[in-house]
Amino acid sequence: MSGPTYNFAYLDEQTKRMIRRAILKAIAVPGYQVPFASREMPMPYGWGTGGVQVTAAILGPDDVLKVIDQGSDDTTNAVSIRKFFAKTAGVRTTTCTTEATVIQTRHRIPEAPLGEGQVLVYQVPIPEPLRFLEPRETETRRMHALAEYGLIHVKLYEDIARHGHIATTYAYPVQVDGRYVMDPSPTPKFDNPKMNDCAALQLFGAGREKRIYAIPPHTTVVSLDFDDHPFERYRFDAPCALCGATDSYLDEVITDDEGGRMFACSDTDYCEKRRATNRDDAVPGNGPGAPAMDAASR
Amino acid sequence: MKQIAHDQPLLVAEGLSKWYGRQIGCRDVSLALYEGEVLAVAGESGSGKTTLLQLLSGQLEPTAGRVLYRMRDGVTRELAALGQAERRFLFRTDWGYVHQDPVLGLRMAVSAGANVGERLMAVGWRHYGRIRGTASSWLDRVEIDRSRIDDAPITYSGGMRQRLQIARNLITQPRLVFMDEPTGGLDVSVQARLLDLVRGLVAELGLAVIVVTHDLAVARLLSHRIMVMKGGEAIETGLTDQVLDDPHEPYTQLLVSSILPP
Repeated sequence: MSGPTYNFAYLDEQTKRMIRRAILKAIAVPGYQVPFASREMPMPYGWGTGGVQVTAAILGPDDVLKVIDQGSDDTTNAVSIRKFFAKTAGVRTTTCTTEATVIQTRHRIPEAPLGEGQVLVYQVPIPEPLRFLEPRETETRRMHALAEYGLIHVKLYEDIARHGHIATTYAYPVQVDGRYVMDPSPTPKFDNPKMNDCAALQLFGAGREKRIYAIPPHTTVVSLDFDDHPFERYRFDAPCALCGATDSYLDEVITDDEGGRMFACSDTDYCEKRRATNRDDAVPGNGPGAPAMDAASR
Repeated sequence: MKQIAHDQPLLVAEGLSKWYGRQIGCRDVSLALYEGEVLAVAGESGSGKTTLLQLLSGQLEPTAGRVLYRMRDGVTRELAALGQAERRFLFRTDWGYVHQDPVLGLRMAVSAGANVGERLMAVGWRHYGRIRGTASSWLDRVEIDRSRIDDAPITYSGGMRQRLQIARNLITQPRLVFMDEPTGGLDVSVQARLLDLVRGLVAELGLAVIVVTHDLAVARLLSHRIMVMKGGEAIETGLTDQVLDDPHEPYTQLLVSSILPP
């Protein structure tokens, strides 16, 4: 018996066309949430149904796909979405950031700078940055339409009043192109500056909430803040235990039940590449790369 | 006496009517309100007081008639002709709206400081220290302890919530404040304190106020002029003391005589 046959990239052509129209509109109005007729996907909400639909709509046979989940290429979510498109579209997949033309991501932007011709597709759970302060969708839409964004600062004010600093560490609100306030999906605020003037096209898909929004290449993206409490990146104050990187975003890994922990790059591709180059360096000179390797082998 | 700077009225209503289908909300009401003047709208439940307030504040579209407002730049404009953005801007800068139920007028889940400071942030203040400083000075003015600035209004008593709502509205120095039964649901001693506070602030800031109330004592204490409504119509208008001491209309006489003697 022959197995089931899929249309290229799972979705039918009419659906892809509808999503592409939404994407084009989103690119034309940076940061604006475009409603679209989100479809049921063969995965649960919260696993990236929005991102998958956007990816399916933009994927072509020549594309090279990379999927990351919290920066990692080898977690369940990333592996299954990669397999999903390998099966339904037959596209080439990769874990290498620079090789990929389409990168679907959950919660991270790769450390390696993105270039022209690359598309970053975000999976978004809640696209509305004003949601937790204003539950009415009619009202938040009106606020976006009239650019009434005082409320978003109320949220930041609350942070400072409670914690003494802006304690929002992820889904940190940004203003796109001086107009729309946007939720950058739950990426750590460490990644916010990478969105600004990015050479790659950034697309955001929220499946359950049925919204698509976008940041075109080289668009100004500003993280909101107060004059006396400016936006600050946050990073654990440690080098990566595996590759020794001091500039990458780190995951905290609990190693035992006695308070032991280590920090490692959340971007696995970045970390592996660094370790590979360090190893090459280390072999002939037997020098600078070595300490990092020691840390890894302990 | 406070000198009234402008001899033009701040707010003018001409022949305002509102029908809810076949049901009358209010019929052919006209009034003019000057700066620094407090107008009470009195009447029983269902007499069209709240409808009138919503018409005047542009929240309801009148079936007939129009409302004119003299903007800060001195130009008198028709409310219905303002764009939505302008109307909403007016609402959070030059106007205040005090709800009977403070839950409607406050964000219950965020701190008092953020509640009071929200309007400042909405008009572009981006300095945390200054926003907080202004918010705490307003808490002082409405007699809320500064140490409560980071508490959510959900932890406040009814009287404090109402005072907080007033601070939140007055922080942008509005010229006109709408109040819908501001003392409803409060016990008598708290009511007295709140009225005292409002009276002080109104005199100090030279606010124009339209206060809707069914409580003639509130009208007597706060307002210069009174409009008595019945069945959607304004049946008697005049100086508060005059109307309450010498009511002409039978209905007004009934209202006044229904107050228990102290």
